[in-house]
Amino acid sequence: MPGAVSGSGLPVPYRVRYADGGPDMSAAVLRASRIAALLGLFVFLLVRPAPLRAQWNDPYPAADGNKNILYAAFMERPKRLDPAQAYSADEYAFISQIYEPPFEYQYLLRPYTLVPLTARALPQPVYLDRHGRRLPANASSGRIAYSVYTIRIRRGIMYQPHPCFARDASGKYLYQSLTRAQLKGVRTISAFKHTGTRELVAADYVYEIKRLASPWIHSPLYSVLSHYIVGFRRFAHTAARLRAALPKVDGKPPYIDLGHIPMAGVKVLGRYTYSITIRGKYPQFLYWMAMPFFAPMPPEADHFFSQPGMARRDLTLNWYPVGTGPYMLTVNDPNREMVLERNPNYHPDFYPRRGEPSDVRLGLLKDAGKRLPFIRKVVFSLEREGIPYWDKFLQGYYDESAISAESFNQVVHFTAGGEAQLTPSMRAKGMRLVTGVAPSISYYGFNMLDPVVGGYSQRSRWLRRAISIAINTQQYISIFRNGRGLPAQGPVPPGIFGYEPGCAGRDPYVYACVDGRIQRKSIATARRLLAEAGYPDGRDERTGKPLLLYYDTAETGPEAKAHMDWMRKQFRKLNIQLVVRATDYNRFQEKMRRGEEQIFSWGWNADYPDPENFLFLLYGPNSEVGDNGENAANYNNPEFNRLFNRMRNMGNTPARAAIIRRMVAMVQRDAPWVWGFNPMEFRLHQAWVFNVKPNYMATNDLKYLRIDPALREADRKAWNRPVIWPLWVIVGLLVVLVLPAVHVYRQKERRSAL
Amino acid sequence: MIAYIIRRIMYAIPILIGVNLLTFVLFFLVNTPNDMARFHLGMKRVTPQAIAEWKAEHGYDEPLFYNSAASGVGTLTHTIFFQRSVKLFVFDFGQSDDGRDIGYDISQRMWPSLSIQLPTFVVGLVVYISMALMMVFFRGTYLDTGGVVLAVVMMSISMLFYVIGGQYLFSKVLRLVPISGYDTGLSAIKFVILPITVGVISGVGSGVRLYRTFFLEESGKDYVRTARAKGLSEIRVLFSHVLKNAMIPILTGVVVVIPSLFIGSLILESFFGIPGLGSYTIDAIRSQDFGIVHAMVFLGSVLYIVGLILTDISYTLVDPRVRLR
Repeated sequence: MPGAVSGSGLPVPYRVRYADGGPDMSAAVLRASRIAALLGLFVFLLVRPAPLRAQWNDPYPAADGNKNILYAAFMERPKRLDPAQAYSADEYAFISQIYEPPFEYQYLLRPYTLVPLTARALPQPVYLDRHGRRLPANASSGRIAYSVYTIRIRRGIMYQPHPCFARDASGKYLYQSLTRAQLKGVRTISAFKHTGTRELVAADYVYEIKRLASPWIHSPLYSVLSHYIVGFRRFAHTAARLRAALPKVDGKPPYIDLGHIPMAGVKVLGRYTYSITIRGKYPQFLYWMAMPFFAPMPPEADHFFSQPGMARRDLTLNWYPVGTGPYMLTVNDPNREMVLERNPNYHPDFYPRRGEPSDVRLGLLKDAGKRLPFIRKVVFSLEREGIPYWDKFLQGYYDESAISAESFNQVVHFTAGGEAQLTPSMRAKGMRLVTGVAPSISYYGFNMLDPVVGGYSQRSRWLRRAISIAINTQQYISIFRNGRGLPAQGPVPPGIFGYEPGCAGRDPYVYACVDGRIQRKSIATARRLLAEAGYPDGRDERTGKPLLLYYDTAETGPEAKAHMDWMRKQFRKLNIQLVVRATDYNRFQEKMRRGEEQIFSWGWNADYPDPENFLFLLYGPNSEVGDNGENAANYNNPEFNRLFNRMRNMGNTPARAAIIRRMVAMVQRDAPWVWGFNPMEFRLHQAWVFNVKPNYMATNDLKYLRIDPALREADRKAWNRPVIWPLWVIVGLLVVLVLPAVHVYRQKERRSAL
Repeated sequence: MIAYIIRRIMYAIPILIGVNLLTFVLFFLVNTPNDMARFHLGMKRVTPQAIAEWKAEHGYDEPLFYNSAASGVGTLTHTIFFQRSVKLFVFDFGQSDDGRDIGYDISQRMWPSLSIQLPTFVVGLVVYISMALMMVFFRGTYLDTGGVVLAVVMMSISMLFYVIGGQYLFSKVLRLVPISGYDTGLSAIKFVILPITVGVISGVGSGVRLYRTFFLEESGKDYVRTARAKGLSEIRVLFSHVLKNAMIPILTGVVVVIPSLFIGSLILESFFGIPGLGSYTIDAIRSQDFGIVHAMVFLGSVLYIVGLILTDISYTLVDPRVRLR
């Protein structure tokens, strides 16, 4: 037997280890432990030199703690940053800080008011008849064939530093004739060492309008503008034809200088002046001009990014915006973070001196007249999930946040008077709640082409009204939105001209006015209406069969199931059987385009603060079926259409308000929608963020915000002290677990085989 | 062995064609080129003309499989399927529907995935094998029984629970690491510690139980008894004999996943904000970007096939009796 007892007194197994000639396992374990300990110590020192870092969970570099940096998050990555294409809130959050259209919305005033941004003043349109003769400002809409807007921009506005402007000593562009060799290894814009700038000129605005007309840009505004801007469509055809005639480079159409192709309605009148001629009278056109679509685009930038090989290297205008705004995009990694930094060339711009009376009380005018922007840098981090976003906000690592449904009750409670207030724990942290009703509407629509729920007969109206009463919107808001919404009474939301609050504006077919308060009519009323519609107790009086309706939706997930159950419950109040046809968004859209839906849910966010932008959702020639428009219910009432055409071109006068009142009454009578609700937005801001006022039209609001980095750093330190003792408890527990195991092991090893 | 590898590579070609075809059919069953165009152009104010132009620019204006307007070979080659598939076989992933270079994006985003997956894999393997060996060492004792019960409990819990629980405990309550985020270089360490820990812990249940089974099977064999009869220590028996002989079943499950580590983890990347290939794929599915989905499925298949071949090769390394012909 190898390892026979040699008289040392050691148990057999111990001797056997040596006799086997193998390594000493306990020594090996000891060595491994030492190495592991050293490695652990190294990693520990590398990761967190504890004395230097007060907050171990700080996701940002320690050196940035006290800097004038705003931290925000985004949940959906922006798809396009080209101002001719971008059209969603996710995209505007970035490009509105970079690009400057000629006008903007005054930050504090309500109702929303346009003010000049790069323009010297708001232009007064010059009206012309069809012969080009000038008409007085009060000419009737019918006589006005053209409106001419002449925009004069301010001098001395400079673009952000960018390689597309870089020139050598002789004035020759450095990067406008790049060769393959020069582009070798280039993957980001920062690879170009030199940058330059130049003054903003009127031609840049004209150039961008021509880009909007260029078919290959695919601007979502193409169809709207082609109706209005004179020569827009012709320009599109000419540009497309000329571009197609050019020989391709690397299999792709080459750059074409749009500046040399004329557009009849858009002209450069001087270095700082340009004009736009539109057909007829369209006062809302100025609102479009306050959107990034109408921001200037330097032809140098377009040419720079159009060079062969640039797109293949992901160097495009969609990725690297070039603007004159307060910020410039310095990091564009939408999978992780996007960073805006102050544009060193930003022109003088000042915090507004005028606001609403309440703004003084809220301290929103303390910075009046001060130079903008206040914040040096804005770091947007991608947060795909709500939980980490919210937790980081509570730790002070985000400066503002929305409130998720899950967290709502921890954060907000409603007083007896219905006023939303922060809970004591949130108030103790100094957080501030900012609320506002968004100029948006969510609604349930009836397909007016449907033989059962559609049509304009009294019978179908009664059916739709009965359903409108049965669907308890207040309950929906309470259950699914934590009370964040107002039951809508018509298509025009609060804050938009033509909206009437209180009993005067209520839908009289669905709501009653009791003691000055709006109250939903009883379900008995709905049942009576249903019987009058020919469906007593939910059965078709002609066939005796139960009434079966279909609800089409693209909602999915657990919350959708709860919503669908709730919807069925609403219809059950009338003994109507509701079949939910849930599908994916593509199929849902296809059904809508074909008019195959019966009842559906939909919504709309305002493009601009004008009732036209909501009432057009019910304008007949804008129907989804046939016209590919935004009128998803396919409502087509000739009288409504006629009034819409009158109202759309009017200024906000009492006469316009009267027409809107008639139009709203008309759709309340016909009930093509169950009005749904106008969402209320609740946002939380940390104590160190100032000048916050919800402005649902001004998307360039970052320049107004101010922060107190010292207060933030102090709060972060106080809120994020690491708790280490549980680690020692865990280590202790492990030891307690391991010791008996070691004991058992030793006993086992010492045990004799026999 | 070289002949075997070449033969396996040749077998891979029809498999990849099949995967490619399946991806193509499934994707276009759910999304039509019109849907894709509408999605990419935005939801508001999209005209049929813009849709037609977008499709033409991105090559989605041709028929899916068969082009009756073409003649000869063109009936098959002038199709979306052919145009989109043929380049993949030379690893030219082309451009995504929003114009990005897919190959470059993959090359950039595989590193964050690897920074999570590789340590999780290595640490996990060491931990699971060590724990399984320990349980085998203490087989029949309360430690073994308790370990098995714990493993069953742990493998019954959803990955999401570990993620949310880990974030809650280590980031929110103890405030030891950031809840989510990522950075490059050494600064990434503080962001990856928690996902790695969560990744390892979430796999303890299944990993330990699996390896314990392998080791138990081996530990009952004659050569182990012989080793013990020779007087070898139990640790030596386990590490030098049982572990070595259990390598074949272990390698079957382990080597095959090594190449797939590049692909990343969908859940971990999503919750921890890691900009890796897992989230890249998820984003592409959400945004109906066929170019990326197609490329990632193809890449995943290739890596899986590579993993299988590596597994076969690894058998020859750990078991001299195995010969690849």
